[in-house]
Amino acid sequence: MATAATTSRQKVGWGTANLVVVALAMIPVLWMVSLSFKTPAAILDPSYFPSQWTWGNYSSILSTSQFIRPLVNSIGIGLISTFIAVLLACMAAYAVARLRFPGKSLLIGMALLIAMFPAISLVTPMFNIERSLGLFNTWPGLIIPYVAFGLPLGIYTLSAFFREIPWELEKAAKVDGATPFQAFVKVIAPLAAPGMVTTAILVFLACWNEFLFAISFTSTLASRTAPASMAYFSGGSVFTVPTGPIAAAAVVITIPIIVFVLFFQRRIIAGLTSGAVKG
Amino acid sequence: MADIVLDQITKRYPDGALAVDKISMDIADGEFVILVGPSGCGKSTTLNMIAGLEDISEGELRIGGKVVNNKSPKDRDVAMVFQSYALYPHMTVRQNMGFALKLAKTPQAVIDEKVTEAARILDLTQHLDRKPANLSGGQRQRVAMGRAIVRDPAVFLMDEPLSNLDAKLRVQMRTEVSRIQRRLGTTMVYVTHDQTEAMTLGDRVAVMRSGRLLQVGTPQELYESPLNLFVAGFIGSPSMNFLPATAEDGKLRTPLGDIPLSDALRQALERSDASRDLIVGIRPENFEDASLVSADARREGITFRATIDVRESMGSDVYVYFATELGNSLAAAELQELAQDSGRADTGATGDTLVARLDAASRLQEGEDAELWLDARLVHVFEPGSGKNLALGASPAASPVS
Amino acid sequence: MSVNEAVGTVPASEVIEEAPDRRRKQLSEGARAERRLGWALCAPAVIVMIAVTAYPVGYAIWLSLERYNLELPQDIKFVGFSNYAAVLSSPYWWQALKVTAIITVISVAVSLVLGMLLAMVMHRTLFGRGTVRTAALIPYGIVTVAAAYGWQYAWTPSQGYLSAAFNNSAPLTSEYKAIGVIILAEIWKTTPFIGLLLLAGLSLVPEDLQKAAKVDGASAWQRFIKITLPLMKPAILVALLFRTLDSFRIFDNIFILTGGNNGTGSLSILGYDNLFNALNLGIGSAISILIFICVVVIAFMFIKGFGTAAPGTDIGKR
Repeated sequence: MATAATTSRQKVGWGTANLVVVALAMIPVLWMVSLSFKTPAAILDPSYFPSQWTWGNYSSILSTSQFIRPLVNSIGIGLISTFIAVLLACMAAYAVARLRFPGKSLLIGMALLIAMFPAISLVTPMFNIERSLGLFNTWPGLIIPYVAFGLPLGIYTLSAFFREIPWELEKAAKVDGATPFQAFVKVIAPLAAPGMVTTAILVFLACWNEFLFAISFTSTLASRTAPASMAYFSGGSVFTVPTGPIAAAAVVITIPIIVFVLFFQRRIIAGLTSGAVKG
Repeated sequence: MADIVLDQITKRYPDGALAVDKISMDIADGEFVILVGPSGCGKSTTLNMIAGLEDISEGELRIGGKVVNNKSPKDRDVAMVFQSYALYPHMTVRQNMGFALKLAKTPQAVIDEKVTEAARILDLTQHLDRKPANLSGGQRQRVAMGRAIVRDPAVFLMDEPLSNLDAKLRVQMRTEVSRIQRRLGTTMVYVTHDQTEAMTLGDRVAVMRSGRLLQVGTPQELYESPLNLFVAGFIGSPSMNFLPATAEDGKLRTPLGDIPLSDALRQALERSDASRDLIVGIRPENFEDASLVSADARREGITFRATIDVRESMGSDVYVYFATELGNSLAAAELQELAQDSGRADTGATGDTLVARLDAASRLQEGEDAELWLDARLVHVFEPGSGKNLALGASPAASPVS
Repeated sequence: MSVNEAVGTVPASEVIEEAPDRRRKQLSEGARAERRLGWALCAPAVIVMIAVTAYPVGYAIWLSLERYNLELPQDIKFVGFSNYAAVLSSPYWWQALKVTAIITVISVAVSLVLGMLLAMVMHRTLFGRGTVRTAALIPYGIVTVAAAYGWQYAWTPSQGYLSAAFNNSAPLTSEYKAIGVIILAEIWKTTPFIGLLLLAGLSLVPEDLQKAAKVDGASAWQRFIKITLPLMKPAILVALLFRTLDSFRIFDNIFILTGGNNGTGSLSILGYDNLFNALNLGIGSAISILIFICVVVIAFMFIKGFGTAAPGTDIGKR
């Protein structure tokens, strides 16, 4: 009896804790969704849910290149950066996890340093460098720093994955007559594929989220990414804040990420923790 | 098909640690050689050097007459079976077995033929299209063997291939390995830490310790004429009993009583100007229940009394454990090290518990103050410092490492 | 290519130690191939990382010693450390440093405690574990800027539900209240990350230890303090290091929430404003370098505290 009582009380306790967590996570997100459906008049009503619903905010942002173009930039820059970063990280992580060569500890140290690097320290010098190289306000101007900052994450996560692959598999491949490169391509890379997917997700999330470089190294729609574009939305007049459209834009750039996160939940958790705790 | 020559092979790690120290050995074409020793003795390193998975620091390695020190594994024509089997998890059994041939750009028809043949030998035909994850331990082990067989290599290298199997399957696969090796006639180097496996499998067994090769010989030679204390203690199960002894007046004074020295042994002792402190080694089967020994035979040994601690009936024989007063043993350090090395500190190789293997007819009971007999002709005598077997002058079968 | 060589020769201490010529000769074909492959595989990553960080920082050091205003491109002149003197004697720098420190300390401390609670909830909960984890991942995944707009509108008088709930207050217009809102936004965004890291640490604590402690008569709190926490120390330290340095470079939330007005600007905001409003590359670079030094000091202190548990130190060994 006593134990039954405690377990059911425990159940209620943990259930409440669960509810609190879910509520705390969701309330700010749902608030944005709610805002994005409010009519301009209803925006000035502080109630949590809209009194009048409208799709107007969405149709307004989705009909203007002010938002569509940055969305395309975000997707393009994110995908290209992710692809390059994962490719390079994969190569380096394999070397770190598996090969003996002088300079390895230097590489690990450098990756750690960059993982902790204050991005703002780069903004001033990079701004000048990009201007003189003609990279300012171009896709490569953002892709290059995104790749550099994606690399430490990628190297750590992937080398954790590579290390989980038994050493003897490579020895076996070598004895079977594979060159080191063949051993990598035919045996190790296929086994590390889940790790690569995880890494790609994490790197893409980081690129998609990035804001400081995005507003510093872009000046027009040619390369401005979606988060940066929101800061440049304009209302009907100087005095109206475009709250509704901004909320709609926020929802638009958030929804795919949430879907993404839900879909790859397990992998994201595995990647986040393997890189940080074991690495 | 090829012979293997290890000529002063040495492995020194960058931090200076010496893993393998000047090992020399000739392995004949088609021979089945076992490298055995406690963990960390350098046996796997030696195997990896033969495979080309580790660099040789010094010395020369020849396979089939060609120096292969700087050749990568793929150019050495060796196949290897790993302890974990190292099956490629993303490939089917068929692809696993054909991988090496595929890398060598063998025509697909030939690959299929060889894989089918190997699968037939190993009874894997119905599993060819499964992935390793869906196989049992024994099946995986056979796939690993199959992967080596299909290549028809000059040399098979096996790194503890059976140690991940349960006891019963291990015995079964042991016979299998032996059968396959004989059938194919390929030179095989096999690494194990299990002396039973070594004794039952190999044509010749090489005992290693701390990077050095202590003795190479047939299982029988190692058993009967161990060159030193370590080999004596390592080979045989239950292992040899060791006792401190002193040589006095043509006798060995031991805690069990005085053992008369044979002439040969006396001469050997004089020649080696060994100190008078010695270690005596007695195999468990060289004891017997005194009541079962004929009067004639009694004269060839000595009898003594001891209290039986434990009696283990094995059916075919009886093991009895009994204690003796060792005093503060001169050779304690040497013996302790040995016990640690061979991982059998508690089985009678040292300490003051001895084990005797008696005839099944023995009726000795636990707690009984029994009379036991010891065959003085088969006693081994070792020098404590060097561990050298001084009795070897007496036995002709010795084959010292050159 | 030059980078490749540089990486190869700089740390080759083990080779130098024992007669390089002899050893090089002794390296078998396999070992040499392994080395070459190692360098070749790392080279692209190294080049990109150096090009984007080491080189700009070096360049920033140079720029920081010059008088260099983009509006006056003719007036570029080497001025030594006077940019640093200007920054360090400016109240803006110290205000930004203070704000950054306050935000970092409070948000990291609070999110560590909350993250621990979250990890416990995720670890111990009997049902709905998946739902909780999913919900927790949402703040992590959401774009910071988007979330920041949400917070901004929520705290805007006559627009936001939070402002309305607190008497139609306008916290974003006063320094300390605005910092409070910024900290709130930070905590909301980063607690799940800490929670997930700590959850991983928590799952490494063997269940048997908890049971043994229970049998030994330890209360739940004692088990947490004496068993769980000590075993989770590495995970906690890693989470702390990454969160602290991440929080120290806070930019997005402040940029959206207050734009750095009312004395709420962080060091990153200061650096950004200096570049794009004052267009002063010299001063901006000096700020960059000073921030970089701050981060190095923080990281150094942490890594000293870590001892051997510093992330990455065990990579080479394995």
